Amino acid sequence: MANAAEIADSARTRDIRSRWLLSLPALLIIFVAAVGPLFVMLAYSFMVKGDYGDVKPGQFSLDGWFSVFMQRDIFDDTLSLADAHLSIIWRSIRLSLMTTALTLALGFPTAYFISTRPRASREMWVFLVTIPFWTNLLIRTFAMQQVIRNEGVLNGALMWLGVIDQPLQIMFTDTAILFGMVYVYLPLMVLPLYASMEKLDFRLVEAGYDLYAGRFQVLWRIIIPLVRPGIVAGSILVFIPSLGAYVIPRVLGGGKNMMLGNLIEMQFGAGRNWPLGAALSITLMIVVMAALMVYVRNVARSDVRHG
Amino acid sequence: MPEHSGADAKHVAIEARNIVKTFGAGPGAMRALDNVSVAIRENEFFTLLGPSGCGKTTLLRLIAGFEYPTEGAILLYGDDIAGLPPFKRPVNTVFQSYALFPHLTVAQNIAFGLEMLGRPKDEIAARVSDMLALVHMDKLGDRRTDQISGGQAQRVALARALAPSPKVLLLDEPLSALDYKLRKEMQIELKRMQHETGITFVFVTHDQEEALTMSDRIAVMSAGKILQIGTPRDIYDKPADRFVADFIGETNFLTGTVQSVADGRARVALKSGEEISATTADGARSTGEATIVVRPEHARAVRNGGQLSGVVENIVYFGTDTNIHIRLDGGDLFMVRQQNARGRSSGFEIGDRASVKLETDAAQVLRD
Repeated sequence: MANAAEIADSARTRDIRSRWLLSLPALLIIFVAAVGPLFVMLAYSFMVKGDYGDVKPGQFSLDGWFSVFMQRDIFDDTLSLADAHLSIIWRSIRLSLMTTALTLALGFPTAYFISTRPRASREMWVFLVTIPFWTNLLIRTFAMQQVIRNEGVLNGALMWLGVIDQPLQIMFTDTAILFGMVYVYLPLMVLPLYASMEKLDFRLVEAGYDLYAGRFQVLWRIIIPLVRPGIVAGSILVFIPSLGAYVIPRVLGGGKNMMLGNLIEMQFGAGRNWPLGAALSITLMIVVMAALMVYVRNVARSDVRHG
Repeated sequence: MPEHSGADAKHVAIEARNIVKTFGAGPGAMRALDNVSVAIRENEFFTLLGPSGCGKTTLLRLIAGFEYPTEGAILLYGDDIAGLPPFKRPVNTVFQSYALFPHLTVAQNIAFGLEMLGRPKDEIAARVSDMLALVHMDKLGDRRTDQISGGQAQRVALARALAPSPKVLLLDEPLSALDYKLRKEMQIELKRMQHETGITFVFVTHDQEEALTMSDRIAVMSAGKILQIGTPRDIYDKPADRFVADFIGETNFLTGTVQSVADGRARVALKSGEEISATTADGARSTGEATIVVRPEHARAVRNGGQLSGVVENIVYFGTDTNIHIRLDGGDLFMVRQQNARGRSSGFEIGDRASVKLETDAAQVLRD
């Protein structure tokens, strides 16, 4: 008996060992390509900036982190909060939350529509949703510019309809960034939502109607709880790239409506302040992780809370 | 013609009047229900029986409100509800697949309808525990729906549909997913619950045995039409047409010529020249060719002295009964079912001459 247990035990050990061996290439890639650069970033954020960019290796400094939140007046050396940075961080968070909410509001009915089509035509609709991915992000962003600029399609149509006399100034505002991000990230919301909704048993919807739930209550009490995994996945997929967006605010927001991605790029480019850029990058990661933790805790884990 | 919906209007719980339901349009359109009328009485266990595709589930879904009739009216205690959405009808459904909400517990499932009706919290709690007791699930209220067995899920589905005290409970083949033994148990349970709650049950099934054992009345459906409405005994003993006779139980079909009809009895001459007396279905012809049915257990095989005669072609023994197949002199095959006694054979051998003795009123002339 003991012998059998021993054999089973050693087999298990061998099994675990071989599993590690097999996953070694993947682990190697993760460390070299993902975790490694993170440590480089972390190290850079604690170094002294070089005069022409880069860092002075071996010299420790907290200046990078310090200037994420505070700034020193160039004349009288007084300390104050780095308003510009904080407002950019706040704008990034605000715009990303709004993008997530808007893509959810637009993506939910879209996904519902697709998942209630006959099985044969659903594939076609999903295919249509993915078409924007065929075009480069930069080109899609410029296309959006053509739509919303003063002489663009949107203003032209509104003026032709007589809704407005003067073109609306949308370009180079936060609204322009929001337009662009909603347009670009909408498929990332629709696809996971559709994946969840396709699995929804519509007989449960009928059961809801049968039990005196009106349309809104069926949506709120039955459909939304059941497709919650899709809502969570879609929100994460939209929120994270929105927060780090670079091209869209650069093209549609102009120079003054920066988001975190642009601020970071500036530190590594014209600003020649790599430690600050590194510190801002890590700040961005922390914001993302904090937001995800709050979100997952409140939304993903509350499947049974009525009653 | 189906039995006319002439029951007392005040005792009718739900009535379908001249319902037509067409799916699709144009040449591909499918007529699922073709001018169906039925009146279901208050407190009745009413069964819609028929093969798959006969329209019985469509009729149920029309009553529930998941589909709207192309033509006709659906009256609930006299009010036309055909245009109301399902959540405005005091009618609940037990679904074939149960359709329990997987994100809610057993108790929350049962409470759902009451919550939607906006009943006070303490009333809901009391009602839920009553319902759990009714279906013998007292201790399982906190279970998730994936932590209970199929039979228990069935009970929860029942409790959930009964909790809001609907005026009519619709049951769409609710027992078809259960194994044989559990199904037998649930048949008795369902009857008990119907009796205890006093709610009108409309039950859909394709299982004729289930229909016969549980129902107060049965409507037999085929190809979008109701062929006959009656008590299980009516349907079984006095089938109105060939489909009903064939679909329910085993039957001998004979062809003959109606000689005369008087007092609901017909004299029929069979192909062999023998003459028998038979009851007649509503609308049966009073002269000419007709189909006559005789249930195998309503006839006995005897040596001589019966109304029909022929040669024993086969003898099949199966425990309680023995089936004796007799080739009648007219050419029709006739089956007689006899109950077995211990240690005694049927008394016939294959090839023997035999006579068939029909019990009084054993034969019925069909309307087709």
